[in-house]
Amino acid sequence: MKVLEIKNIKKSFNDQTLHVLKDISLSVDEGEVVAIIGPSGSGKSTLLRCATLLTEMDSGDLIYAGNYAAKNDENGQSVYAGKEELKKIRSLFGLVFQNFNLFPHYSVMKNLTDAQICVLGRSKEEAESRARSLLEKMGLADKGSAYPCELSGGQQQRVAIARALAMDPQILFFDEPTSALDPELTGEILKVIRQLADENMTMVIVTHEMAFARDVADRVIFMDGGVIVEQGDPKEVISNPKEERTRQFLARFAAK
Amino acid sequence: MTFQTMITQLGQGFGTTLSIFFLTLLGSLPLGLLVTFGRRSKFAPLRGFIKFYISIMRGTPLMLQLIVVFYGPNLIFGLSVPSNWRFIAAIVAFVINYAAYFAEIYRGGIESIPVGQYEAAEVLGYSKSQTFLKIILPQMVKRVLPSVTNEVITLVKDTSLVYVIGVVEMFTRAKQIAVAPDSPGIVTLFVAGVFYYVFNFIVAWVMERIEKRLNYYQ
Ligand SMILES: Nc1ncnc2c1ncn2[C@@H]1O[C@H](COP(=O)(O)OP(=O)(O)OP(=O)(O)O)[C@@H](O)[C@H]1O
Ligand SMILES: [Mg+2]
Repeated sequence: MKVLEIKNIKKSFNDQTLHVLKDISLSVDEGEVVAIIGPSGSGKSTLLRCATLLTEMDSGDLIYAGNYAAKNDENGQSVYAGKEELKKIRSLFGLVFQNFNLFPHYSVMKNLTDAQICVLGRSKEEAESRARSLLEKMGLADKGSAYPCELSGGQQQRVAIARALAMDPQILFFDEPTSALDPELTGEILKVIRQLADENMTMVIVTHEMAFARDVADRVIFMDGGVIVEQGDPKEVISNPKEERTRQFLARFAAK
Repeated sequence: MTFQTMITQLGQGFGTTLSIFFLTLLGSLPLGLLVTFGRRSKFAPLRGFIKFYISIMRGTPLMLQLIVVFYGPNLIFGLSVPSNWRFIAAIVAFVINYAAYFAEIYRGGIESIPVGQYEAAEVLGYSKSQTFLKIILPQMVKRVLPSVTNEVITLVKDTSLVYVIGVVEMFTRAKQIAVAPDSPGIVTLFVAGVFYYVFNFIVAWVMERIEKRLNYYQ
């Protein structure tokens, strides 16, 4: 069963002058972990933003578990589903941001429970017990009453992951989840994602952590200039790339 | 006139000052939010109209606005006005003037909230109104509170402007008393000043308390 299918996405900015995504197709199986790598400006974030309905694509189909969020019309332009359908589809995915975007005026507990209650309609007790078990899993059992500003970056990102998981998404997207963190805090986030991978969570992760991508992902996608240049088994793509562009990109990384 | 009588009479005028102050806040704090919505509307004519309204409110003296609101309905439109129109006109003029200032303060607050807050809420499935009420508004309130405090303190002093349309509040009362033959004279104005000062002191104290209460997060 395909959790996510993206077909021929095109997206440009600045009145069609800046082509950021040029015909990208991608599908993700249940339980699969996909890592997306590529140079800055290659369109990785834009792809994730299109997939999570934060940015409207110009052309292409977007399908979650068989439900169309957007479909090409006869002119090849994306037409989005209605409000109710999109609301249903939004509940199928979660997104973890580079800079967390926790709600600063809510305690950690409220960050985790509020959407469960007011979007999913869960009871307060149910939402809190789900939040507590996630906090425990994230090693933050004692932080429920803390406010985001009282936490380290790594702790904040773990709260953000827990907040996304609390909605029970079928697929979770990460846009460079460790890039805003000090190097010594990166490990704790990667550990959490690794644990989710072991539990067969379906994930799409944009990352610059090559070793992590190689170890955790089932598939690596290398993007450059708005296209998928190469994809496949992580060990193949990262250790033994076929394309020259991939090789150049990875060489720059090895040098760092 | 004894000092006692003077204080009592000033106190009566102070009652009017307080009514103007509280009724203005009651009307303009929420109205300002509606004006902000209009100012940020996607509908260009509404946005243009609100922009014009704000520029008039900020670009002309409040004293002139009081006069226009008081005399306008009768002189321009020939409407007959109720007997307590003086006071009502004063409140109307203050409310629409302060709403314009509050609207611009709110707008600054709303626009300073990082776009990531909207995006996080959207991905979690919050509706537009839930996002505004639960995520944006509370953060906006905290951000605008110092500027709102400034306006509120200005309002305390602005209340004395209603004398131009003949509403007798404390300051007008004080001037009347000061020139009366057997009055304590200039001391009256000094006492009125003390009233304003103490009132503003209390206002500032209350606002500070509210700011402190919102300091549970950064
Ligand atoms: N809203 C926007 N308006 C105009 N241009 C945009 C917009 N969003 C992205 N772009 C442009 O699209 C291109 C791809 O951006 P994107 O953020 O997707 O790259 P990325 O692969 O995520 O890069 P990075 O590794 O630096 O995060 C860039 O040239 C960027 O300037
Ligand atoms: Mg990016």
